[in-house]
Amino acid sequence: MDFNIALFLAQDGITNGAIYALLGLSLVLVFTVTRVILVPQGEFVAYGALTVVGLEMGTIPGTAWLLLVLGAAVFVADALRAENGRQPRILMLRALTDLVLPAVLLGVCWVVAPLDLGVWVTAPLAVALVAPLGAYIYRLAFRPLAQSPVLVLLIAAVGVHLAMIGLGLVFFGAEGFRSEPFTTASLTLGPMMVSGQSLWVLGTTSVLITSLWFFFGHTITGKALRATSVNRLGARLVGIPADRSGIIAFTMAAAMGAISGVLIGPVTTVFYDTGFLIGLKGLVAAIMGGLVSYPIAAAAALAVGLIESVASFEASSFKEVIVFTTIIPVLLWQSLRSSHVEEEEE
Amino acid sequence: MSKIRFTVKGALTAIALATALPGAAQADINVGVIVSATGTTAALGIPMKNALMFMPEEINGEKVNVVFGDDTSDPSTATNLARRMITQDKVDVIIGSSMTGAAIAIAGVANENGVPQLAMSPINLPQGSDAWTFRMPQQVSLMVAAVVEDMKKKGVKKLGYVGFSDAWGDFWVRDLKTLGEPAGITMVAEERYGRADTSVTGQVLKLVAARPDAILIGASGTASALPQVELRQRGYAGPIYQTHGSVSNDFIRIGGKAVEGTILPAGPVNVAEQLPDTSPVKTPGMEFVAGYEKAHGENSRNQFAGHMYDGIQALKAALPVALKAAKPGTPEFRTAIKDALESGLDIPAGHGVFNFTATDHFGLDERGRVLITVENGKWKLL
Repeated sequence: MDFNIALFLAQDGITNGAIYALLGLSLVLVFTVTRVILVPQGEFVAYGALTVVGLEMGTIPGTAWLLLVLGAAVFVADALRAENGRQPRILMLRALTDLVLPAVLLGVCWVVAPLDLGVWVTAPLAVALVAPLGAYIYRLAFRPLAQSPVLVLLIAAVGVHLAMIGLGLVFFGAEGFRSEPFTTASLTLGPMMVSGQSLWVLGTTSVLITSLWFFFGHTITGKALRATSVNRLGARLVGIPADRSGIIAFTMAAAMGAISGVLIGPVTTVFYDTGFLIGLKGLVAAIMGGLVSYPIAAAAALAVGLIESVASFEASSFKEVIVFTTIIPVLLWQSLRSSHVEEEEE
Repeated sequence: MSKIRFTVKGALTAIALATALPGAAQADINVGVIVSATGTTAALGIPMKNALMFMPEEINGEKVNVVFGDDTSDPSTATNLARRMITQDKVDVIIGSSMTGAAIAIAGVANENGVPQLAMSPINLPQGSDAWTFRMPQQVSLMVAAVVEDMKKKGVKKLGYVGFSDAWGDFWVRDLKTLGEPAGITMVAEERYGRADTSVTGQVLKLVAARPDAILIGASGTASALPQVELRQRGYAGPIYQTHGSVSNDFIRIGGKAVEGTILPAGPVNVAEQLPDTSPVKTPGMEFVAGYEKAHGENSRNQFAGHMYDGIQALKAALPVALKAAKPGTPEFRTAIKDALESGLDIPAGHGVFNFTATDHFGLDERGRVLITVENGKWKLL
């Protein structure tokens, strides 16, 4: 391996690592706030990328219809469940987020799709379509189980993952797609050619991570989320609704997944089930951060990307084995470090 | 009272009649079809399911019932489906599966129960366990031979390989090595990747560094375009070969400019219009293309739907012969189907002329393959 090849591998590894970092951070966010290991995180990636493709092809993507149906389902479920859920004022508010929002987005798709306005319109629209999915899925599948043990939540997460994969096949078909690149420009840095698309990935990830840092450190909502993740009961006692924290966490996770999907759509072929493996690598990074530490998860994601890239050069048949084996020493170290067994809070 | 007794008697007669009906229906020919319409290999299974439109309603006056099953790309589901179809639906023949692992699983059940199987994947089975299995797709070695011949003509000595890390990738490596070495072609780099991988930069860098005269990509579906796009981006200018697993219009759609000039072995059905009029494959090939594209859109033809069409052609040829020997639903009928297929009928179909014998259950010869390339975003016969 000479210096040039090492540079190319590093570029590839860091670009992939940046995507894994976004997913790893979402997983940590969702787990700390709601104790859900978000297995379907990868599906948001595939949905994001394929929604862009759908819009580019001038069709209304299946995501928009799914949003409408899920929104209506959530609205009905909430009206039936909550004791105060049938007060007219609350019903009005809910109708706004659950019925009007998806209808408006569907309308926007209907107008925008045939116009072929390019990636600057389709990409944000795709993220806007996928992000509310997170909130609806939380309210439909996880909120009723909020008090259940982690294992039950994990099983529900696997169920949601399988359902989303199946719907993905129905919406987008079995073939892979590529979306149009944001830019075809590339930059020459010494001996290395850096593609514009990987600069986009790195730039967007940096901006997102910085804004996450600002959000958690300097806004009331962010601090409330942190409080919920430190102590759920305590947070409720001081008046932070655990319910809303969950909705915010899931919406952010879905949005970050969709952004990752939009970013990788032009550089690779995305299938309806591509997301799972990417999400799994994000999970490896999140676990390395003990599912609680954002900085360690982000650093670990970069490491996963680099290991993967070097492994695909040196021993491509064992690439996945090598990547997923790295988790074993981490688990060993973490179990040695924590001297007491934490009781699961019920 | 007597009136009530009378109605009870009537009801009993009705029940007796109703239960007798499935017995009567057993004279129909039951065809079990198992494909992977969902799961990881859905891209192959869905076109096959679509091609079921060519199944005739009846053969020689006997009604044909299709019992359909989706194995979700899972061999154990395929096994269960095959067992259920044989014991419960009393199928006379099973078509499937589209996925290699699932097809092998079904072969086990078919062999155990003496039910003919038309496999939609070119599976290799141990000696003796393929007595009831007939493959419709071309044997990998038949395709490899065509590719090796072309490489020899072009003076390729050093071959680079990147392929799926699964059975499909293994088949190609094995046959390229055994057929390539006598022709003076050595494999200088052997790289693997996964269908859902988002980056193949590492593999491509290694391939380019080995300076091969040509590169073969042993993958299938749209996922096979990724290494080729990357190779062209890294400035590799030599010839690139793909397998017949990539012959679908989606491959050209994804690959765009990067896949121009790719050389692929394929079933002749993909370029039916360009075949010479003397070709025995032309008529069935055109029938398939016209029918399939009318139903599923222009340029929707592909390798996989062609295999299902061929399976149906084989049934159309073998079932009339078998019907003369025995009644559907009996073990004798199933044996008769096997015997009819093995009798060396020349069955012209989309992918070639099938000629199964007791010792050869692959059935296709050189008429079953052509080399094609991509020119201006269209398939072209070489």
